[in-house]
Amino acid sequence: MKIGVLSVQGAVSEHLKHLALCGVEAVPVKDTTNLSRVNGLIIPGGESTTIGKLIEAFGLTGPIRERSEKGSLAVFGTCAGMILMAQEVSDGIARQPKLGLMDIRVKRNAFGRQRESFETAFKFNSFETPLPGVFIRSPLIETAGPGVEILASLEEGSVAARQGNLLTTSFHPELTDDLRVHQYFVEICKSLKQS
Amino acid sequence: MKEQGTFRVKKGMAQMQKGGVIMDVTTAEQAQIAEKSGAVAVMALERVPADIRAAGGVARMADPAMILKIMDTVTIPVMAKVRIGHITEAQIQEELGVDYIDESEVLTPADEQYHINKHLFKVPFVCGARDLGEALRRISEGAAMIRTKGEPGTGNVVEAVRHMRKVMDQVRQVIGKADDELVVLAKDMGVSLDLLQEVKKEGRLPVVNFAAGGIASPADAALMMQLGADGVFVGSGIFKAKNPQKVAEAIVKATMHYDDPKLLTEVSKDLGEAMPGLEMSTLTDADRMQDRGA
Repeated sequence: MKIGVLSVQGAVSEHLKHLALCGVEAVPVKDTTNLSRVNGLIIPGGESTTIGKLIEAFGLTGPIRERSEKGSLAVFGTCAGMILMAQEVSDGIARQPKLGLMDIRVKRNAFGRQRESFETAFKFNSFETPLPGVFIRSPLIETAGPGVEILASLEEGSVAARQGNLLTTSFHPELTDDLRVHQYFVEICKSLKQS
Repeated sequence: MKEQGTFRVKKGMAQMQKGGVIMDVTTAEQAQIAEKSGAVAVMALERVPADIRAAGGVARMADPAMILKIMDTVTIPVMAKVRIGHITEAQIQEELGVDYIDESEVLTPADEQYHINKHLFKVPFVCGARDLGEALRRISEGAAMIRTKGEPGTGNVVEAVRHMRKVMDQVRQVIGKADDELVVLAKDMGVSLDLLQEVKKEGRLPVVNFAAGGIASPADAALMMQLGADGVFVGSGIFKAKNPQKVAEAIVKATMHYDDPKLLTEVSKDLGEAMPGLEMSTLTDADRMQDRGA
């Protein structure tokens, strides 16, 4: 099994390193050829406007959407990745290009500017001990559709969710040494129907 | 409990900028063009380095009202420059809420001996460096991101290349050193042994390292990426060009696909006239911004 990290811009090497530590083959994905070879795809943190524009320009938006809708590709978006995966962005710039995969509405920079960025630990799904997370100009999930399972919340709102083969966190698990979220995603990739 | 302003949070912000282009802007309109072109952040300043060079005199931080206007206009991060050692300019930028402060040699230094103690701020700082020693000294002072100094406002990439090659070469030397040799090297470089050991262990600078100072074309940006830069700052190169948006978009694409000559050829076509450049030998010692704050 192979998992890709969308390699347009952002925390690409950090995700690749985490995946390797989880014992899976991890590759950067910049084009449709490499995309077609992976079972899962991580959309890293970065700037959502930049990544959205460039995946559109280089023809990746359509194939990611098609394969994830068919269920042959698992997708995990962190921070900017969450904004790109959301069907609705409440305060994005006009016509911001996006993937729109998940039935969620997110708010960009929901905690404020960089000065207000923070790290904290919290309950994540059924993990036994609190999960450390780094929140950098992070988005929040404002509303989620019936098919979406909320995996973690802070007092301000939801920060992690799953919808079938789709996983998203508004924080950065790749900036800590904790591998549990990546392992959780690897399990999702393994459970995909082989097509 | 939420912990703000930790080094991990500050350094992490720069990690999210990797592979991207940070563009100098002087107006809200330029900031919008930068955002539309795919910039990962904008650097708000009163004048681009080429104009600072031409104007002479003392260059200070930009008017807070102008920075706020840019912050209100774009959703991408906004950075701003302060003079080397100018503690209060940095406090004002933190109060404004800029996302990153550049303690920059492009402005006239306020202190010829000391840089700002950047550990005291919640907002992260980026600083320029010409070699590994300078880079590690800035990191000791709290810088969470490093960039080459290059020679700003010249449109000439030669100094940025020199500085990036130097840092990369010194990192390789550190990797090859025995632990007892590192002790002497730390003394010679004037840096802490802990940081040198971290460089050896990670095989790279402990923070993100961008290229800056003279990058004016998509090919320049891609060159810096091939030499090992984590991303690129473009100053005068965009808004001093005849067709800023086209140049900006081309530099963004070239930075992503820096190792793909076919794409680099494509995006380099028909960009119109680039900014006029300066040859290094025409600069006097006083003109050299890179010698400020070592």
